[in-house]
Amino acid sequence: MKRIYLAVFAAMTALSGAASAQDFVQSGSDAKLPGTEGKAIYNAICSGCHMAAGEGATGAGHYPALAGNANLEVPDYPIYLIINGQKAMPPVGDVMDDAQIAAVVNYIRHDLGNNFEGETTAEDVAAAR
Amino acid sequence: MTSNPTGMSRRDLLTMVGMTAGASAMYAAMSGMGYAATSDYKGPIKLEGDPKGTKVLVLGAGLAGMTAAYELRNAGYSVQVLEYREKAGGRCWTLRSGDSYAELGDDVQEVQFAEGNYMNPGPWRIPSDHYAVLDYCKRFGVKLEPFIQVNWNAYLHNTEAFEGKPQRFKQIQADYRGQIAELLAKAVDQKKLDGLVTDADAEMLVASLKKYGVLNDDLAYVKSDAVSLYRGWEKDPGGGTQGPGVPSDTISLSDILQGRLWNDLITGESIDHQAAIFQPVGGMDMIAQAFARELGDVITYDAKVIRIRGSETGVEATWVDSNGGTEEQTASADYCICTIPFSVLGQIDHNFSSDMSAAIDDVYYEASIKVGLEFKRRFWEQDDHIYGGISYTNLPITLISYPSTDFFSDGPGVLLATYSWGAAAYQFSAVPPAERIERALEFGSQIHPQYRDEFASGVSVAWHRVPWTLGCYGIWRNQEEYYPIATQMDQRTLMAGEHISYLPAWQEGAILSALDAIERLHKHVIGA
Repeated sequence: MKRIYLAVFAAMTALSGAASAQDFVQSGSDAKLPGTEGKAIYNAICSGCHMAAGEGATGAGHYPALAGNANLEVPDYPIYLIINGQKAMPPVGDVMDDAQIAAVVNYIRHDLGNNFEGETTAEDVAAAR
Repeated sequence: MTSNPTGMSRRDLLTMVGMTAGASAMYAAMSGMGYAATSDYKGPIKLEGDPKGTKVLVLGAGLAGMTAAYELRNAGYSVQVLEYREKAGGRCWTLRSGDSYAELGDDVQEVQFAEGNYMNPGPWRIPSDHYAVLDYCKRFGVKLEPFIQVNWNAYLHNTEAFEGKPQRFKQIQADYRGQIAELLAKAVDQKKLDGLVTDADAEMLVASLKKYGVLNDDLAYVKSDAVSLYRGWEKDPGGGTQGPGVPSDTISLSDILQGRLWNDLITGESIDHQAAIFQPVGGMDMIAQAFARELGDVITYDAKVIRIRGSETGVEATWVDSNGGTEEQTASADYCICTIPFSVLGQIDHNFSSDMSAAIDDVYYEASIKVGLEFKRRFWEQDDHIYGGISYTNLPITLISYPSTDFFSDGPGVLLATYSWGAAAYQFSAVPPAERIERALEFGSQIHPQYRDEFASGVSVAWHRVPWTLGCYGIWRNQEEYYPIATQMDQRTLMAGEHISYLPAWQEGAILSALDAIERLHKHVIGA
């Protein structure tokens, strides 16, 4: 019985803990990023390199802009890069589920000054994993 | 599998005390991650034979590039180093009062720390088996001091355990060990492990567990004077009329297990975290400064390499001023040691072979975040009696590291208030510096409520936003295939850096990689 009690207690504190952690994941966990909206997910991971408005950045090397990026016309391209990374870009598919990746792909293709057609679904992402 | 009332199976128990093959598997896994590798440094390199003025161009003035330049120059080579930044060191880097750090994007952070306080955004400790780094410190007179990795009075914290209250490391350590020992001792005593231990060993095992776990004659770990000598007293022993120590209550194994407070008990025990472990007095970049002093005007700063052209007879690198310059200058040499991180090198116009290009593209760069917070007083010392060491938490900050220097100072002190990898690091990197500091304060105050009242200033380094590395360290997607290619001379260029080593992310790896590269280069030159 004690183990059941502890499990319930843990679940309850996990909820309150999540609230106090304001949507940052716990350290060392294999948790997915929080959020379901494409913009929120973008601003929880993508903006670290591609910047808040998708403008990219340049130093000794550069991060490509996503705003006005013709490569985003075909959704398979960002789906592939998110799951596998490319060159210096790490694979980040492990910290998002299929629906989250679909949401953020839709965000970068429909927003950030882009207006590409077509909706990406979780099933599209699952097929690319 | 049978379970006892605490929910631990025999196999779980054996795994915990390291009696299964898991230990060697764990070691292999840790070595692969660069967390348990020992240096093969054999003392100062000897490059014998006259290179007859052979010129070597070194790209990058981090520890790999400066090691190569320093040793090659000493061996008679003509050496030039091109460095993107305004100063030397690369990731061997310290942020201190008066420094200004512009990350990618629009954010510039002015470091407001008090004189003498600092944060090391990259490497921050030197294990005692990192012989090459230690040897260069000795040769250059870089003063080292102990880095306190494990502090038994620091905290272990989990938001979902003990109502979120941090627990002292010594209490968890003593109680966990004691109750593990009790379980095992009783199992042996009750002959439940027959077939796994001989009778003779069983007797000594019980005796050793009794001592190891501080068990009583009934092989029980119980509240006592003896146990309190390890986990701490309820009331400390006094002098004169103050009375003896009052034993403290122990924490149940179940609470420790379910609260996952065992998670970081051995973090400080791997060979690259064991005591003794060191830090340079005044900041890690004291090593960079020493190398730069030795090299002097061999290093050209503010040089952004935009093109590399190798041939069968030499190498040319074209560069512009890093601060937006357009005027191109070209440096040429007989050979090149290229230490530019592959994250950046892959974007530079070059004519390396297709194999080398594929090797460069095989490496991605990891996310990592550090936040340093300065507080007006050392409340962790004054209120909590924590002198150096590290508290661990499941909060997104991962840990709080207390300064290993200036103990008992009345002045302000700087905590490493966040050091995270993975998803949490991405999230910190994705928000502006001011929000990172706010988050570090929010999370850290759950462990130290004094945070808000005592906060003075902070600085953060999100490694994916560092303009000259675009990430923390290199990770091979397919090391088996591409790493050997990356170590080969491509026309007349050899790669070096932490990414070309089996101690990735460590300064030792960068130096060993450089020494290995120049040794092979020298053989090639002298033999030619």
